[in-house]
Amino acid sequence: MTPSLEVTDGAVAIGGRPILRGIDFSARGGEVVALLGSNGSGKSTLIRACMGRLPLTRGEIRLFGVPLARFHDWRRVGYVPQRTTAASGVPATVWEVVASGRLARRRWLTPLRRDDRTAIAHAIETVGLLHRRNDEVSTLSGGQQQRVLIARALAGQPELFVLDEPTAGVDLHSQHALSDTLREIIARGATVVLVAHELGPLESLIDRTVVVRDGRIAYDGPPQPGDGMAAFHSHAHPGEGEPPDRQPLGEGGPL
Amino acid sequence: MNILAYDFMQRALLAALLTGLAAPAVGTYLVQRRLALLGDGIGHVAVTGVALGLLTGQAPVLTAIVVATLGAILIEVIRARARTSGDVALALLFYGGIAGGVLLAELEGGTARLHEYLFGSIATASPADVWATVGLAIVVVSVAVGMSPQFFAVCQDEDFAAVQGLNVRLYSVAMSVLAAVTITIAMRTVGLLLVSALMVVPVATAQQIARGFRLTLATAMAVGTLAAVGGVTTSFYADVAPGATIVLLALAVFVATWPIGAAIRYRRRLVEPFEEPDAIAVRTEHQAAESHPHEHDEYCQHPAVVHGDHVDYVHDGHRHAPHGDHYDEH
Ligand SMILES: Nc1ncnc2c1ncn2[C@@H]1O[C@H](COP(=O)(O)OP(=O)(O)OP(=O)(O)O)[C@@H](O)[C@H]1O
Ligand SMILES: [Mg+2]
Ligand SMILES: [Zn+2]
Ligand SMILES: [Zn+2]
Ligand SMILES: [Zn+2]
Ligand SMILES: [Zn+2]
Repeated sequence: MTPSLEVTDGAVAIGGRPILRGIDFSARGGEVVALLGSNGSGKSTLIRACMGRLPLTRGEIRLFGVPLARFHDWRRVGYVPQRTTAASGVPATVWEVVASGRLARRRWLTPLRRDDRTAIAHAIETVGLLHRRNDEVSTLSGGQQQRVLIARALAGQPELFVLDEPTAGVDLHSQHALSDTLREIIARGATVVLVAHELGPLESLIDRTVVVRDGRIAYDGPPQPGDGMAAFHSHAHPGEGEPPDRQPLGEGGPL
Repeated sequence: MNILAYDFMQRALLAALLTGLAAPAVGTYLVQRRLALLGDGIGHVAVTGVALGLLTGQAPVLTAIVVATLGAILIEVIRARARTSGDVALALLFYGGIAGGVLLAELEGGTARLHEYLFGSIATASPADVWATVGLAIVVVSVAVGMSPQFFAVCQDEDFAAVQGLNVRLYSVAMSVLAAVTITIAMRTVGLLLVSALMVVPVATAQQIARGFRLTLATAMAVGTLAAVGGVTTSFYADVAPGATIVLLALAVFVATWPIGAAIRYRRRLVEPFEEPDAIAVRTEHQAAESHPHEHDEYCQHPAVVHGDHVDYVHDGHRHAPHGDHYDEH
């Protein structure tokens, strides 16, 4: 079966500075992969490259087996970018922001269909913001805005769900709600790639963890107990080597 | 003196109507992208275009549209290449555009004719000018409104829009070109130096009273139309250049809506539902309000705000929920 997302020997440079090197990374259909690593290790850079927002200087990325340059079926992908706010120059309502998650499924110059509206309402309900749907996003708290971004990606009913720190600033109650939501879409066969510093309630969903360190993959394998804190650890003691059971995996990694 | 008895006034009013619709429509996207001054930048570049037309004997509308579009694309390219210095690039075009325009106009023999384009003039627009304006304005308004879901997404979050399969760079350039065309349409009515005001002030006004993006867009277009048509009419009777009248009228509407906006925002915040009590977090201990002679009900003047499954009455910084014979502090 072709992986939903596959990076082979990927390298990314920003402004000429190499950030990611020798990245081999994949997520199979139905798999839930957690990307871990300390601040600045390159998690977001890897995600952005996978979403086609940063060019590779080497290697290849495939989405559902199709090279990124030729991939056009974006309705299959849901993306929650790492953001501190969902606000913009002209305040938009929660409903409007979430509705933009249906764009890949809409044709030009056509109004929203009924299934679009159902999906939008369902996504807003899932993140528990139905009572705020007509409020301007800028009047919500940081964690609520993060939930709006999650709803926006959910609205597109994606098969591959990529979340960059979806739980940052989100309270425990909503993290449980997100975990339930993810469980639901995983049950439908979706693939999930998520970046997190603390996995919290999401921990039980994870099939595999990938640790990024200084722009390279430092670990790729089954989740280890306490992985939720892995990022903290490598951050607190940068001098320490990897524990022997957490050696980097070569080409023969679990694909 | 009937304003509609004059052919040129009929044309001027038609042009004003469409300009008033088009400028705020495009302006909403510029404000959304926090590029409110882009219109000003392109307007200044268009000055060079007009002067070029006057010097070479071409139609100034034509040369202005070409130069303004090139300028708009240039700004977009600079913005994409060097993210940090976007406003510096804008400033360079500002100065280059106006200096180039004045220089070319002086070569042609003076800046008198340029003046018409800088501050607007209604009586001198030829029928051909007006029909070109009408055609272009209809195109601008249709694109800006018809493609609003796409433009909205690109302005809101470029990364997300790209992952929805939208060609973000193409849409950005399209928006800049729309802005350039709008400015050229508007220059006969408002003038190049003030056109940006008609793109931005109605949007600022709409933000006072409208909630959400779509409502802001529609309200801004209504305010823009009101200001443009009202300004042209006033300038006809008062015999002054229309540009300043239109902008002052738009500003007057803004000032008039300010207190309304403040009241709406205050009211909205007051009655906004409180967050539902957290299901997991331990509920704060039951705390009864101290002596409370007043009795809250649906007729008392205190705002009744939804709080989960009940209602809190708000007064003096307290939230009081009825509970049996007393009130709880929430
Ligand atoms: N736009 C940029 N310009 C220059 N350098 C950048 C840019 N974006 C990221 N970098 C660099 O790339 C490296 C990786 O950044 P990245 O955002 O991928 O980290 P991260 O793992 O997502 O961190 P965090 O946990 O803080 O989100 C950092 O050293 C950062 O300085
Ligand atoms: Mg990051
Ligand atoms: Zn009362
Ligand atoms: Zn009370
Ligand atoms: Zn009580
Ligand atoms: Zn209450």
